[in-house]
Amino acid sequence: MVAGQTISSPETQRIAAHTEVALEVRDALKRFGREAAQIQPFWRRGARKPSETTVAVDRISLTVRRGEIFGLLGANGSGKSTLIRLISTLLVPDGGTIRVFGYDVQREERTVRRLINRVSVEASFFKKLSALENLMYAARLYDLPGAYARQRSVEILRSLGLSEKRLHEPLEHMSRGMQQKVAIARGLLTSPVLLLLDEPTTGLDPRSKHDVQRFILRMREEHDTTVFLTTHDMDEADRLCDRIAIIDNGRIVALDTPQGLKDAIGARIGKNGATTMEDVFLALTGKSLDDDFESSDFEIG
Amino acid sequence: MTTFSERRGSALGRELRGAYAFIERNANLIKRYWAWELVWLVYSIVNALSITFIGQASGEITGVAIAPEQVNTFVLFLLVGTLVWHYLSVVFDLISESIQWERWEGTIEYTFMAPISRLTHLFGQAAFAVLFAVLHTAIVLAVVTAFFRIDLTRADFGAMLVVLIAGSASFIGLGMFAAILPLLSPEKGLQTTNIIKAMVLLVSGVYYPISVLPEWLQPLAYISSATYMLDGIRAALLDGASIEALWPGRILPLLLTGLLTIPAGLLAFMRAERYAKATGRLKRNG
Repeated sequence: MVAGQTISSPETQRIAAHTEVALEVRDALKRFGREAAQIQPFWRRGARKPSETTVAVDRISLTVRRGEIFGLLGANGSGKSTLIRLISTLLVPDGGTIRVFGYDVQREERTVRRLINRVSVEASFFKKLSALENLMYAARLYDLPGAYARQRSVEILRSLGLSEKRLHEPLEHMSRGMQQKVAIARGLLTSPVLLLLDEPTTGLDPRSKHDVQRFILRMREEHDTTVFLTTHDMDEADRLCDRIAIIDNGRIVALDTPQGLKDAIGARIGKNGATTMEDVFLALTGKSLDDDFESSDFEIG
Repeated sequence: MTTFSERRGSALGRELRGAYAFIERNANLIKRYWAWELVWLVYSIVNALSITFIGQASGEITGVAIAPEQVNTFVLFLLVGTLVWHYLSVVFDLISESIQWERWEGTIEYTFMAPISRLTHLFGQAAFAVLFAVLHTAIVLAVVTAFFRIDLTRADFGAMLVVLIAGSASFIGLGMFAAILPLLSPEKGLQTTNIIKAMVLLVSGVYYPISVLPEWLQPLAYISSATYMLDGIRAALLDGASIEALWPGRILPLLLTGLLTIPAGLLAFMRAERYAKATGRLKRNG
């Protein structure tokens, strides 16, 4: 059992109980640049506007079911993190609607925030503070009792392979892998019913990566948490996710189970049975994830 | 296995516990940066001493024999100026730097996606700022007064405290306005807050009576809450003015300014937050 399995806050469970749809994204649109400049403060409206507009999320629609691990696979700059930020209430969409357990991320922002938490690619902490001090700060923001938060932090970190004594070390003394484990502990500490994992294993050594992936799988088996995972790691997406959406230039170009995607592309390229997620990605986007590329006009068939 | 029992209590209790998150976090940060805080404290003491010695040397500077009572008044005038300015600077800086600090640490998105109101967030920051500024200023005061023979027999400390509290409210509101700037401009926002501080320092009579300012500058003194605060504290300490005497001309204007600037600062902060989220400026490192 994952540490603290039964401790999802009764309040968040109650708020999220009325629907089996964890996340519903409809025509979500986010642009940066010229359009965003239209809402500049009045004293800057006359300033020179950026010459280009970037459509980071281009009318994306998707639905994630309660308890699902949903993967969003895409290259750097494809719009994955922007979509996560839109769901996290950290960006204001330019169009469309996003609902978390039926609650609109714009109109019911504070309710949505109680239901979610996020682990990003950067383990963002007060680096001089210890892991425990950082976790206690997060716990108090979510109104968790101090003694409970302390005990739960120890339990989660232990299950991630981090000893209790490291809780008192400043974050700056920890390796990147350890910091990321503390970031995951912070994400789980508040018992979110929707956990947003934004490339949680990027930059980790193989051992740490394996620990984190194992923990995500255990959560699916034992915890009532829906996971929305963005990654550009093909194997990770294949191994962890119930369904995968492939995003390219801000658009979803395919959405199915990992096997469904491999079967469809395998049949198309005549590589049935031996198709990998890399083949799928290459066929759908015309890109390899080994490259850190610019946008492409490749049209999917 | 840990079990969770839902916390009970009023909405106000929840918000106060949320505000405590910022107080505890900032106290932990101060502890971790204790060596730098010590350096800052020593600097503050040296700075206060340097300014106050000007009063002590007034006779020698002017070449005129000045009565000890007048020297005492001059020293107290400068001492109050330097201490109040120190206090206000600490309050203002801690509130206005809160955004920039979180941006630098990379934690800003986590704080902004927490289920707390922005009022709670800023109230927590402001409460810590006031507590820390009181402690800091008290230490500076204790050290600096050891260097001078100051006659405070006429002082009304109760009235001084009331003016200090009323003045803090108005400066918290100003700090909220200043905290907006790093949201609007991650690169240059924080530097711009120094302009606000410099303007307040110039026009508020921190080290000199506002009557020495050029006439065209004097109206600015009347809209600066620091002017009323300094004047009220000087009147309480130097002349023994009571709360009743200071109420209409000093305390009331300070309270009214606080009542106006805190909601206005909060509203402006929320507008700026919305702007930062619309343009993607929340995440950028400055």
